[in-house]
Amino acid sequence: MNFDELNQLRPDLAFIAHWIAPNSQVLDVGCGDGVMLDYLQTDKNCHGYGIEIADDKVLSCAKRGVQVVQQDMELGLGLFDDQAFATVLCLSSLQMMKHVESLLTDIARVGREAIVSFPNFAYWPHRLTLLGGRMPVSKSLPFEWYDTPNIRCATIGDFADLANSVGLEVLECVALHDGRPVKWLPNWRGSLAVFRLRRAS
Amino acid sequence: MSTVGIVSPQTHLFTEPLQLQSGASIADYTLMFETYGQLNAAKTNAVLVCHALNASHHVAGCYADAPDNVGWWDNMIGPGKPLDTNHFFVIGINNLGSCFGSTGPMHINPATGKIYGADFPVVTVEDWVNAQARLADVLGITQFAAVMGGSLGGMQALSWSMQFPTRLRHCVVIASTAKLSAQNIAFNDVARQAIVSDPDFYGGDYYAHSVVPKSGLKVARMVGHITYLSNDDMADKFGRDLKQDDYHFGFGVDFEIESYLRYQGDKFSAYFDANTYLLITKALDYFDPARHFDGDLTHALAKTEARFLVISFTTDWRFSPERSREIVRSLISNKRHITYAEIDAPHGHDAFLLDDARYLNLVRAYFEHIVEHIVEHIAKEDA
Repeated sequence: MNFDELNQLRPDLAFIAHWIAPNSQVLDVGCGDGVMLDYLQTDKNCHGYGIEIADDKVLSCAKRGVQVVQQDMELGLGLFDDQAFATVLCLSSLQMMKHVESLLTDIARVGREAIVSFPNFAYWPHRLTLLGGRMPVSKSLPFEWYDTPNIRCATIGDFADLANSVGLEVLECVALHDGRPVKWLPNWRGSLAVFRLRRAS
Repeated sequence: MSTVGIVSPQTHLFTEPLQLQSGASIADYTLMFETYGQLNAAKTNAVLVCHALNASHHVAGCYADAPDNVGWWDNMIGPGKPLDTNHFFVIGINNLGSCFGSTGPMHINPATGKIYGADFPVVTVEDWVNAQARLADVLGITQFAAVMGGSLGGMQALSWSMQFPTRLRHCVVIASTAKLSAQNIAFNDVARQAIVSDPDFYGGDYYAHSVVPKSGLKVARMVGHITYLSNDDMADKFGRDLKQDDYHFGFGVDFEIESYLRYQGDKFSAYFDANTYLLITKALDYFDPARHFDGDLTHALAKTEARFLVISFTTDWRFSPERSREIVRSLISNKRHITYAEIDAPHGHDAFLLDDARYLNLVRAYFEHIVEHIVEHIAKEDA
């Protein structure tokens, strides 16, 4: 998979891919169908593993030739050694976790850097819907309150607090919308929050 | 999907003695094997399939004179199947000590001119792999595209990756473990004790007395069989169902599960050899490649070069997913290429032999990638 193909399929991932060094070791926590790792290993010569629980997505990874480890992310990253990866990705997955804090701590343990993305709950249409007295249902949060897998609702500021409290330093924070960075009023206009983090020394 | 059709086993006699891990050696032994599909000109498409406790070299297809004798992994191997014999040259080898054709305890010991019986040397997984490698030499295969197996067969595949790191490109380890637990060994020893305490065992030399320790072998199989099924699967299939309307208030068969296990035990004891059962369960118990590395499996796997596919089944309590995760953890520590799937199947340890779309599709996808690489490699060589 080349960059254009990734950009067409998942512009958010294409934006994030710029941050990942060629030839580096990558762990993708919640790797889905393996599209990011597929790109990183073919175009950037990265070596990496994905973690995924869903059978159909594990199969997609295998079809792509992506190395996937099937497990529940809630069980943590015990399969991986300390500081084993240059970058740990956790993209649009963290908001589905019950044990967010412990997973984030584990991510900081196995990776020298982490990139975490999640739907920004403070995106303005969400705020508007809440003002109207209803829970938001949008492109970035496409589920009803009762059947959503996104059990954690956070804003950019909220996440920054948690990152600091588990000993992570925020290197960069970008709000994306449709895969493009939002410069003006990011916490209003960005539907996806992306953090680049490092363990605070 | 079609099958490989009518197959016929072949044999090869090895005259050079094979040094065994125990210090003993075995000379003039025969290995029985079957092959399916065509070996390509570059000899890069061979896949070795290793068998488990009660199986053999008869992996796929059937025999002309026994159309019902279908290979034990026929759902996995054949034209258009997950391990596709249109692309791969697949080899099944019967291990030393078995009772299905390769030299075993029921054969003549050339040193004494008598049946081996109790004198057959104890063989290990590593010994089997050495013997398999010799057959690969005979067939002109320097490197397998993959070595694959389930359960005890998975141990052999894993051992291949450590004993002959450069002789396999992929290692497929299914429903297996890098060492037996105390519980596993305990079950095996109950089975062995059932056999050796059978009055018809005669210290392993029952052949001379023209008897077979059938009741011991039957109990051994019954114990083993329990460990192959999950609790839920057994509850589903049998529950507390009675064979007849009411309790008998005696010690005959009341419950369906009793009837089933006894039937399986009887069937097994009619065709399996008791000495083979002892030998194979010992090979299971002894397998522990980390033993020479202070129990550190990561160290033991450090020299491997293969890429790995590891699969476990959630309801397998014989070799549970945690046993597979130990292998996965050590391979990841060594930065090996690995794909690991935990299939949520209800059938316990036996799931590795059964049809489950998630499982078979994953194996298929994995082998399709191997085919792509073989084809690319040949194209490169030709260019």
